[in-house]
Formats: sequence, C-alpha cells, structure tokens
Amino acid sequence: MEVKILSEHYDKPSYKSLDGYKELGGYEDLAKALKMDPKQIVEDVKASGLRGRGGAGFPTGVKWGFLPENGEPRYLLCNADEGEPGTFKDRLMMEAAPHQLIEGMIISAFAIKSHKSYIYIRGEYNDSIRSLEKALAEAYKDGLLGKNILGSGFDHDMDIYVGAGAYICGEETAMISSLEGLKGQPKLKPPFPAIEGYLGKPTIVNNVESLASVKYIIRDGVEGYRKHGTEKSAGTKLFSVSGNVVKPGNYEIALGTSMKTLIMDIAGGMKPGRKLKAVIPGGSSTPILTADEAMSANMDYESIASFGSFLGSGAVIVLDDSNCMVDMLGILMHFYHHESCGQCTPCREGTGWLNKVVHAILKGEAREKDLELINGISNHMMGKTICALSDAAAMPALSFLQKFRDEFEYFIKEGQSKVRGVGYAQMHH
Amino acid sequence: MFKLSPAGEEFVKKELTRYETKRSAIIPCLFKVQEENKGWVSPEAVTYLSGLMDLPEAWVNEVLNFYTMFNKEPVGKLHVQVCCNISCCMNGARELTKHLKDTFNVKEGEVSADGNVTITRVECLGSCGTAPMMQVNDNYYENLTHESAVKTIKELM
Ligand SMILES: Cc1cc2nc3c(=O)[nH]c(=O)nc-3n(C[C@H](O)[C@H](O)[C@H](O)COP(=O)(O)O)c2cc1C
Ligand code: SF4
Ligand code: FES
Repeated sequence: MEVKILSEHYDKPSYKSLDGYKELGGYEDLAKALKMDPKQIVEDVKASGLRGRGGAGFPTGVKWGFLPENGEPRYLLCNADEGEPGTFKDRLMMEAAPHQLIEGMIISAFAIKSHKSYIYIRGEYNDSIRSLEKALAEAYKDGLLGKNILGSGFDHDMDIYVGAGAYICGEETAMISSLEGLKGQPKLKPPFPAIEGYLGKPTIVNNVESLASVKYIIRDGVEGYRKHGTEKSAGTKLFSVSGNVVKPGNYEIALGTSMKTLIMDIAGGMKPGRKLKAVIPGGSSTPILTADEAMSANMDYESIASFGSFLGSGAVIVLDDSNCMVDMLGILMHFYHHESCGQCTPCREGTGWLNKVVHAILKGEAREKDLELINGISNHMMGKTICALSDAAAMPALSFLQKFRDEFEYFIKEGQSKVRGVGYAQMHH
Repeated sequence: MFKLSPAGEEFVKKELTRYETKRSAIIPCLFKVQEENKGWVSPEAVTYLSGLMDLPEAWVNEVLNFYTMFNKEPVGKLHVQVCCNISCCMNGARELTKHLKDTFNVKEGEVSADGNVTITRVECLGSCGTAPMMQVNDNYYENLTHESAVKTIKELM
C-alpha cells in the first residue's frame, strides 16, 4: 500500500505555486519551527530516526550534531545532483512541489543556524531548475527568505547552483569542489564537511528528500513521524521503480513494506508472460538480488542489508527473464568507467579493466579464467579509494558474477547470450 | 572572434558577484558562452571568457574539460542525447539510437550534413520510469517510440 506523506499533493498542479502550496498548509510548519529552539529541532530530527535519503542512509540529526558549537558561519547544501542510474524521485519532488523542498531547507537551516544555502542541481534537470527558480523568487517576495523571516529575527539566503554533467558531483566533497568552481573531484575524509566544507567552513550536505522530510517531523512530531516505518528505518520513502514492470514510476511507501508489494502490486508486476529474474534494490551501485531474495526482502535498510545489498537511493530496477546479465553488467561497467574522476589508481584502472573484461566476454574474446579476473579486480577496488565510486563499480560486478555465473560461462563458451541466443552485435547495434 | 552579446556580458558581470568567490561563476558563464556560440565552447571563446572574468585561462579550461555538458566540438542545431543506461536499454534505447542514426543519416557524435542534428548516447538522465527517453537541447522527451522520436526531431528542425 502506498502511504503518501511527502507525495500527498503531487498530483495537484496548484501545489507548484506559492498560493496553492499555502492553501494546502504550506509554510505552516516553518512558522511552527521558527518558534522552537533550534537545538530542540536537531534533537527531534535525531529522535525521529530520519536517515539520509541520498544513498548512504546516515542519520540526519546525528550528522547535524557534528557541527561545531561556536558561531562560525556554516552552509547548508542540498544535494539535487540525482545521478545514480535508476533514480528519479528528487526530480519529481522539485517539479511537483518546489516549495516543499524550500520549506524543509529553511527549517533545517534554522536548526543548524546557517544563513546561506545552495541547492546544487544537475544541469540536465531543466524543468526542475525552472520550477525551483520560480519558487525561490516567490518565497523571497513573500518574506519567507532573506532578512527576518516571518518576523522571527532569523535571516537566510538560498540560491541555486547548476552543475554541468558529472555523476561524481553527487558525492558530497566533489559537490563542494564543484560549487567552489574547481574540478568536481572528491576529497579525502576526514575532515568531514560538517567540520571543513564549502570554502573551508562547516557544511551540511543533505539529499532533497531528506531535507523535505524534516518538514513532516515538525508537522507530525517525533511520535507522529515514527508511526510509519520500522524502529531502525523510520518514516516513509519515495522509491523509483523502473525496468520491466507494468507501471514504472515513483511510489511512496512506509519503510519496511515488502518488496513484493512494491513490485508486484503497486508497480503492476511483470508484463504478460514474463517472470521476475532479479532486482537491483537501491540504484545501480547496489548489489543485485535474485528473484527469490527480492521476493522475501522488505524495503528497509536492515532487511536489504541482510541480503548483502543496500537500500541506497531507493531506485528499484526490476529485471525480467528476457535480460542477459552479461549485457546488463556491460552497461553498468561502461557507466562507472566513464564517471570515475581518475584520482585514485584502483578506481581509474579498475573501472577501465572491468569494462574491458566484460566487453571482451560480450565480444566473444574472453577466456574462462577472465571470470577470476573480474573477482580479482573488484576485490582490489574495494575500500582503497578516496570516495565510494570505486566500491560502487566493484559491488555490481561481484554480485552479478556470483549470482548469474552460468550466464557468464555460457557467453564465454558459446560466444553468445544464453538468454537472448544472439551475440554482441545484435544486442548493441 | 567570439564575443558575448551585451546581455550576455551583463549576465557574466552579475554572476561574478553572485557567489562567495568569483571562481564559482565559471560554470554558469561557460553555459552562457555555449548558448551564444551555437551550442559549443571554442578555444577562442575560453580565452575571451577568462579575459572578461579576469580569471586564469587554466581555471576555465579545467572546468570546461571536467564536465560532459560542455561541448568541446561543434554540435548540430538539435543535440539529441539518448539515455543508454540500464533501465532505458531494457526498454529499447539502443534500438532507438540506431533507428535515429539511420533515419537522420549521421554517425554518433557527428553533425549531420545539413547541420541539423547530432546524436549521442548519454548516461542516466533521471527519466528511467518513462524510458526510453531523449533530451533534445534543453528539453526531455519521454516514453518514446521510434515514430514519436523521429516526429519530435523533425518538428523541432
Ligand atoms: C559516487 C557517488 C555519487 C553520489 N550521488 C548522490 C546523488 O546524486 N544524490 C545524493 O543525494 N547523494 C549522492 N551521494 C551521496 C552523498 O555523498 C551524500 O552522502 C549525501 O548527499 C548525503 O545526504 P543524505 O545524508 O541526506 O542522504 C553520492 C555518493 C557517491 C559516492
Ligand atoms: S574512487 Fe574513483 S571517483 Fe572516487 S575519488 Fe577515487 S578515482 Fe575519483
Ligand atoms: S536509465 Fe535512462 S534515464 Fe535513467
């Protein structure tokens, strides 16, 4: 069953405008928050159990708590770079409800005592950019941003920064470099951004959905927010379901809902005559699950982790039995090779090699022992680099090979796909 | 010699004071140059922009070369970018790309003889639930068929 908290009004075109948003209770939670003690808001966000919706699932309130206690200027950065293949939920939020994000951000900024924030948005998202620009102008005009917001004495400025096409800029330290006008390359942590971020100042980076969710913690209180979800995975979350389902789309469900309900009921299940083969549960970087695993997993951080994978960004990529797994892995390895920023040798070389080996299999140029090469390269890429992109490339490779090894062996032996019965040329055009 | 329009130069001036540092203005200003230079950023445009911004040319080049949305070569009037990441490929994106290249008689990444189209394959554009999809210049076109994609491009020409 869908539980629409964030997405309750997404189907109403009026919700995009300030007037329409206000008619449906918009900015009432900001007014409420501005009367609270900022420290209490941080405590409430901690107690709500909200975990970052951008991929890593780190508790939002705990992250905010890492900020220094002094009066040093600090920045809030909204991560709207949404680039993890399979993910399209932040785009929906920014297009259907730009004020929801802005309201969540002002509340968050008040809680962490920040007077300046940026929404870093991927450059291809033109509709989202237009939607946010219009909403920001409306908010300024209405006194919701700028000096002395709603008479509270709190000042806050918000701006949009448009990226220029680089998946790696979704990684928080790369995003900061990019915003500073440098190449968008990640930096070694620590120092974490909360201590040393944008221009060397304390900086909190949160995903669009995380920041919008803060509004509902204020609205419903900690208890109310926790009514949905599980003890360790509180609240609702948007899931982007794509691939071979009858009704792909974004669906909001309580965390802990079964994956079976999400895929088979809410997203319409498989197309006639097709069977579920596998699911990538949280974006292309997360290890793939077999059909059996998927049908017994729940959509919460702990359940997916118990199958050795991650809830990630909430991008559920559904594959039916018409897909060749070697072909699918080839697409992913091409992606990571293309997106590696090249700073770390294991990542730069590893993504290149993985891409090469998988494509050698596809082209009928590989030998059986090359499968061990995939394992070897992948293991060498894990936990050895500045950022997690290297792991993000290695994990799908390891899991595809482990769970669908027969298809890789068949391809090497026969020079064609076990599933599709054809070779590389017919699949790739 | 490339030069921005007066409105373009005004834009650069504003961007230079919009962020905490001037350097942050490089991305938005490169977008402006690309917009006014038929969709790409030429080496001479970089020299001009770095002069206008009073920032080292190396800084501008560093940014230019890092990001995929800046075209370092000329592109057609319509820059057609078809997503060929996983969810789109499951829904026929590669077949669609081939159909478009055949229909408009152009090789990947090159400009068609009439200067009208460039077709490139790109990574996930966040439209996976409405696959296959393409971006033509600034706009997304989703849930495509071979016919609807060709029709869209022809209408935009
Ligand atoms: C390669 C890579 C790409 C990432 N891309 C995104 C992204 O597109 N959007 C996002 O919110 N977080 C992304 N992240 C995670 C961010 O680094 C960061 O953890 C997140 O924005 C924190 O926000 P949250 O705690 O609210 O989730 C990415 C991380 C890595 C390693
Ligand atoms: S792991 Fe890869 S993407 Fe991340 S910093 Fe190193 S080279 Fe760049
Ligand atoms: S996979 Fe094509 S838009 Fe995401």
